[in-house]
Amino acid sequence: MSLWSKHAPFERNSIILVIGVLIVIAIGGLVEIVPLFYLRSTIEKVDGVRPYAPLELAGRNIYVREGCYNCHSQMIRPLRDEVERYGHYSLAAESMYDRPFQWGSKRTGPDLARVGGKYSDDWHRDHFNAPKSVVPGTVMPAYPWLAQTDLDFAHISDDLKVQAALGVPYTREMIASAALDVRIQATTDHPDAAALAQRYSKAQARDFDGDPRRITEADALIAYLQMLGTQIDFKLYDHKANIR
Amino acid sequence: MAQAAGVDPKRMSFGEFGTAFVFAALAFFSIIVSAKAHTPEYAFHAFLFAAGSAAALFTIVNRYFERPAEPVPLKRDGKPVYNMAPVQFATVAAMFWGIAGFVAGLLAALQLAFPVLNLDLPWLSFGRIRPLHTSAVIFAFGGNVLLASSFYVVQRTSRARLAGDIAPWFVVLGYNFFIVIAATGYLLGITQSKEYAEPEWYADLWLTVVWVTYLLVYLGTLMRREEPHIYVANWFFLAFILTIAVLHVGNNAAIPVSVFSPKSYVVWSGVQDAMVQWWYGHNAVGFFLTAGFLGIMYYFIPKRAERPIYSYRLSIVHFWSLIFLYIWAGPHHLHYTALPDWAQTLGMTFSIMLWMPSWGGMINGVMTLSGAWDKLRTDPVLRMMVVSVAFYGMATFEGPLMSIKAVNSLSHYTDWTIGHVHSGALGWVGYISFGAIYCLVPWLWNRPLYSLRLVNWHFWISTIGIVLYISAMWVSGILQGLMWRAYNNLGFLEYSFIETVEAMHPFYVIRALGGALFLAGALLMAWNLWKTIVTNEAETAVAAEQQAAAVAAQ
Repeated sequence: MSLWSKHAPFERNSIILVIGVLIVIAIGGLVEIVPLFYLRSTIEKVDGVRPYAPLELAGRNIYVREGCYNCHSQMIRPLRDEVERYGHYSLAAESMYDRPFQWGSKRTGPDLARVGGKYSDDWHRDHFNAPKSVVPGTVMPAYPWLAQTDLDFAHISDDLKVQAALGVPYTREMIASAALDVRIQATTDHPDAAALAQRYSKAQARDFDGDPRRITEADALIAYLQMLGTQIDFKLYDHKANIR
Repeated sequence: MAQAAGVDPKRMSFGEFGTAFVFAALAFFSIIVSAKAHTPEYAFHAFLFAAGSAAALFTIVNRYFERPAEPVPLKRDGKPVYNMAPVQFATVAAMFWGIAGFVAGLLAALQLAFPVLNLDLPWLSFGRIRPLHTSAVIFAFGGNVLLASSFYVVQRTSRARLAGDIAPWFVVLGYNFFIVIAATGYLLGITQSKEYAEPEWYADLWLTVVWVTYLLVYLGTLMRREEPHIYVANWFFLAFILTIAVLHVGNNAAIPVSVFSPKSYVVWSGVQDAMVQWWYGHNAVGFFLTAGFLGIMYYFIPKRAERPIYSYRLSIVHFWSLIFLYIWAGPHHLHYTALPDWAQTLGMTFSIMLWMPSWGGMINGVMTLSGAWDKLRTDPVLRMMVVSVAFYGMATFEGPLMSIKAVNSLSHYTDWTIGHVHSGALGWVGYISFGAIYCLVPWLWNRPLYSLRLVNWHFWISTIGIVLYISAMWVSGILQGLMWRAYNNLGFLEYSFIETVEAMHPFYVIRALGGALFLAGALLMAWNLWKTIVTNEAETAVAAEQQAAAVAAQ
């Protein structure tokens, strides 16, 4: 009897084979995934990271809808050229409220993890309407429908509710005022701007798409892009603070 | 029918009644959802569910009225009565979706070379076309090839009829319905934007039901087997079905905003979501595109070459080491990201170890031709399958190489990855699938293949296409990676990002040309199969004689 004959049960009994396969495939996944939920070093604590304001979340959902991840990453690696090109390398904390994560795996276009504040709202608007008008060599498609389509935020508080159920620190007040917050943030000098800033620190509020009469998908998407990577103040960030 | 009732009491089986009832309920529910849907796109999908359920209900009841009272026997004259109709359907569906997926891929390739082809239309823009392409080729084409071949192989190697009456049809038709929902969803902007797992929560739920049924049909058939041993191809198919079920459920765990909304939020976020996603994503490669297609290799190559598998013991080692190691490889998609270093290192280590079982499998496949090498010259179908295993060996050497962090720092985010994926996808998965379909169609329709010479043309046209494709992507990927990190002598970055984009143009044109050739080969194949199926046997006999004469003349 050789060791090979010990394999016979797997070849003769389909249930034993099923159990064997399940055990063998479970090990790697468990070892790599489970510790990420309890090791505190996985996501270091950093000041400034907050959940998305409702308009930003709606913009992010448009980013998701259009499949921007197919060409744009949101993950700056700690390599010299990337840090010089895009800014400080990305921290895990910066995507802790991202559902789904949008780190991406292809850079047909540049990384967007810190695109916030790099270009003006007008630049973004023109770029979406006709990318070649601002970047002649680009291969990016035009997205003219964004500025023409009214943002659908009738159910935005439900989105916050689901996220709150998943552990995102949206308060009851934030959920109740979600639709209002969309309007405040998409308006230049809204009388309630202070209330929004209190709920979402450093939230930028203005008419993003250059059309104050309506709130469009371009408003939401530009609001999202303009806040990307701006939450942490890297002048104050201490990369050794979390080393234990 | 009426007279039959007197003689032979015909009764609806529990399965028929149960499925009919469930579909009636689903149709009713879908109509309500359709009426109250938050978006018109979702209403359209709910309507498709209602229409599909109504059609299923009608078909089940109609089938009951038309069938004889007795169920189909498992055996006739001591021989198993195989259920090959679902296999035939999946084979045809594979060819159809294959062409659709290649066309979508060609469009995506042309859009990158000539962005005007996005046409400023939402449903034609690259961000929606690219997932359409990847899902169509992986899940629609590859999935139907796997359904067809696994249902064929499990019946033949078990000498048993497929388990279930309605169930096999539910698996095949339900899976293709999932594809329709997923594909139309992408074009309408319904997506989770998780790579290779884009379909939203309701499509995922539907697929889960279909997939569990698939597992049950497969296991049920195995349990009916006459042979004492489970043939090695079935180990791979079984591991593929089981693991995909686990991965699919784990990666798509999400809470919908409302039952009336297509939108959901995954339960994982940020870094954990990234890890779960690539645990899923890389094992979609490892189990869907590898283990499943290795099942095809282990049946169709020995069968076609009329030789036994090279080494039975090697296949045991191959099987367990492959499925054990693959699961660990996911983090190599996340090198130098915010994923903790320990996970990245594990991912890299296991990816490199994975080289060994991969090449063990390749050796087992190629060496099966021992004593039959001459067939490579005369049988283009076998040649296609053997070349596919060679591409498998090449891709599984390149993969571990690219998983090394130092290499990955250059290759990641570039076209090198795209080239690597396509040497596996076009070369390995594409060719082993084409080979299996070229075998299956004559076997299933019981007539010879219309033209072996066309297979030869298919082989050479698509091989040139693959070579153009992958070499263009190697060059563009490495070029762009080097341009991104180039410094001038003053210590500044040499190139702006847009300069590196502009440098890609010629390679994107060559890549599109390669894709067009691959598509052209597939169109030849579709025509060849069509002629095989519609040509009656007298004509094919003449064609076969002419072919034999032509081969002899060479």
